[in-house]
Amino acid sequence: MLTIDGVALSFEAGQTLMEAATAAGVYLPHLCHHPEFKPHGSCKLCTVKVNGRFASACTLPAAEGQEVLSETLELRQLRVRITQMLFVEGNHFCPSCEQSGDCKLQATAYALGMLDSHFPHFFPARRVDASHPDILLDLDRCILCELCVRASRDMDGKSVFGIAGRGMESHLVVDAESGALVDTVIEVSDRAVKICPVGAILIKRTAYEKPIGQRLYDHHPIQAVLLQADQGGGSCDQ
Amino acid sequence: MLCEIVDHHGGEATSLLQVLIDVQMRFRCVPAGVMTFLAEILHLPRTQIQAVVEFYSFLSVTSTGRFDVRFSDSVTDQLLGSRDLATRLCQRLGVKLGETRADDAVSVHLTSCTGLSDQGPAALVNGQVLTRLDGDRIVQMADFIDQEIDLDAWPKAWFRVEDQVQLEGLLLAEELPLGACLERAGTLDAVGIISEIDRSGLRGRGGAGFKTAVKWRFCYEGAEGTLPGDPSITRYVVCNADEGEPGTFKDRVLLSRNAHDVFEGMTVCARAIGALRGFLYLRGEYRYLLDTLLKVLEARRSRGLLGRNILGVEGFDFNIEIHLGAGAYICGEESALIESLEGKPGHPRNRPPYPVTHGYLGQPTVVNNVETFVAAARIMAFGADWFLSEGTAQSTGTKMLSVSGDCERPGIYEVPFGTPVSVVMHRCGADDPMGVQVGGPSGTFIGKAEFERILGFEDLSTGGSMMVFSQARDVVAIARGFTHFFAHESCGFCTPCRVGTSLLRQLIDKIAEGHGTPHDLVEMTQLAAIVKNASHCGLGQTAANPLMQTLERFPERYQERLKTTLFEPGFDLDGALEVSRQMTGRADANAHLTQVG
Repeated sequence: MLTIDGVALSFEAGQTLMEAATAAGVYLPHLCHHPEFKPHGSCKLCTVKVNGRFASACTLPAAEGQEVLSETLELRQLRVRITQMLFVEGNHFCPSCEQSGDCKLQATAYALGMLDSHFPHFFPARRVDASHPDILLDLDRCILCELCVRASRDMDGKSVFGIAGRGMESHLVVDAESGALVDTVIEVSDRAVKICPVGAILIKRTAYEKPIGQRLYDHHPIQAVLLQADQGGGSCDQ
Repeated sequence: MLCEIVDHHGGEATSLLQVLIDVQMRFRCVPAGVMTFLAEILHLPRTQIQAVVEFYSFLSVTSTGRFDVRFSDSVTDQLLGSRDLATRLCQRLGVKLGETRADDAVSVHLTSCTGLSDQGPAALVNGQVLTRLDGDRIVQMADFIDQEIDLDAWPKAWFRVEDQVQLEGLLLAEELPLGACLERAGTLDAVGIISEIDRSGLRGRGGAGFKTAVKWRFCYEGAEGTLPGDPSITRYVVCNADEGEPGTFKDRVLLSRNAHDVFEGMTVCARAIGALRGFLYLRGEYRYLLDTLLKVLEARRSRGLLGRNILGVEGFDFNIEIHLGAGAYICGEESALIESLEGKPGHPRNRPPYPVTHGYLGQPTVVNNVETFVAAARIMAFGADWFLSEGTAQSTGTKMLSVSGDCERPGIYEVPFGTPVSVVMHRCGADDPMGVQVGGPSGTFIGKAEFERILGFEDLSTGGSMMVFSQARDVVAIARGFTHFFAHESCGFCTPCRVGTSLLRQLIDKIAEGHGTPHDLVEMTQLAAIVKNASHCGLGQTAANPLMQTLERFPERYQERLKTTLFEPGFDLDGALEVSRQMTGRADANAHLTQVG
């Protein structure tokens, strides 16, 4: 047994804290974590306090007697700030984004009660790659969660995507000397195309099939959607 | 030619970084076509190759000059005028800092601390080390470069690196007879060696202070479910010579004058844990030591101190390879270092599992600092009691300090643990300093009032960097320099460090340039806590230390720079219009905005 915010829950050997929490119906915010992939631990939204120390719930193994704090003022504030960091380091214009309403970053921001971007925007100059006939890559929106990198490598067996650069220069690259998506072996049916939590990878000519206002997170808070999906109740990917 | 380079490094995917370093040397960049070719012959995704090229500072996609000059940008180099020298060189050569001249003859960059703080201003030129630069040398250098005079013909004195050992202690004073420690280790089994190291109380010299014997024992025992010392499990010994903490240079000195001891320590460790293969991870800045170190390894092989049946002991087999880094501070973090050894970008791994059970290629691996191996070798040869004769109960033995900055006698000081900072200040000839940065930017900034604090894991834990600052120095500028360093070196893996260090940089720039308000100090403090608490590894967890520690000790130095207004925009309004002015070709008064406040 361990406790999260004072509520006891049981876990199975080998589970991470995130998995144990999800199984018990406790939502811990996350963007880089996905139940079908090995824990990654980069977005840090799932930061919790375990026996007084900060840790990422998605990578920390659950253990007997852990006293976990999640919904404290300190941690809620920390998660809002991290989400704001993700917003200001890229170029996220929700009102004009095709993914609005289906975007996990936007939905997480709502769930956390984020009301502004707080930090000054970096307004980075990033590329849009429209070279591929069926797939659009808008790096303005990339949050570097590496889900497409992992999906392409581990599920599609292609390694179409990678992260190059260092620090704030980190950016998504594709497997082609030209740097253009059209010169890679990506296909629209690839898992990597559908796993993007934001609007960085889009399938062309489908963006407005579902009108804004009728999209997933327009009607369901991300807490409920992710809990259901992560518990094995179907995918919430695009 | 490419195939030769690949073959030379064994043709394994793990050799990628080593191959790319040679490619960079040969072509002055890693061309896109070469990346594609390497992807094919090394059977790696091209994305991984691009990721590596763009991660390390010493690799580049675009061509560097035939003379590639990199000025060490450590705060101590800056105090000695390095920035001014870099600017003057650029002016004389007609090249912009950070760029390559149109004729490809020269490129000039700033680079993180090159480990020569005691003899700066320092720079690297095509990987060779230049020390004690001054205005005259810059003038001559510019001429040499313009005339394309080969480095071999430059004055030898410019490349001279001195050890500058100012104070010898347990480790440095006594000569270790070649092979002495291996003779003893050869007679002991794993438990015997580990218990001797354990008895000595030796703790990691990189700064974190983890007990060396415990690390070795965990590695010997291996992952859960395996038998201790199971010979069918491959284990590795890694020496962390990625001495990147600004202001540290003691590992450079140890590698120069005590290379045998380093390798001997690694060999003892190999004997204890049952490793057949070891790596010395040498930071790219110390490439100039590579040939000498390779010769030392060769000498050890020919004397039976390395290779098969070491010193005739059946089954005592061990070999050491040297891997080069390529300009990335984060690779000093042990799991990032292992990633780098595997030929990847240096992103710290998730832990647990720890490298002692899942390290290089997922196998049990010991990673220790250069100084730790030197100490271990001597403990093996002279016994734990010899080591216990100095230091404190919690911090046994001595510590090598790299002293630089505002003092008369910079260099290496080996002092017993427990020594107060004041004693070191007196020894190095630092009269009445304002403060000392102990353990580098990730360590602790202490003011004069704290000089009776002691060096040791129980108080001021340190990897050995000690940068001294006189009363005349600007503490805000110092903290700003360190903050820029962390933002530059953040690996970019996790959000709070990647974005947070850049936000901290913006805030301290704003304050230092006189646009800060009281609110900005509050904001900085809150942001510092987020970066510290949520970051993935030690880099992010300590990145705000210089700001917070100097703010705590010298609040007035910050406050005197603040505006009295409560709010100031975080950006320069007029500066933001520059692009528009360029596009419209305007420079008149109406194309400018004046910021009030």
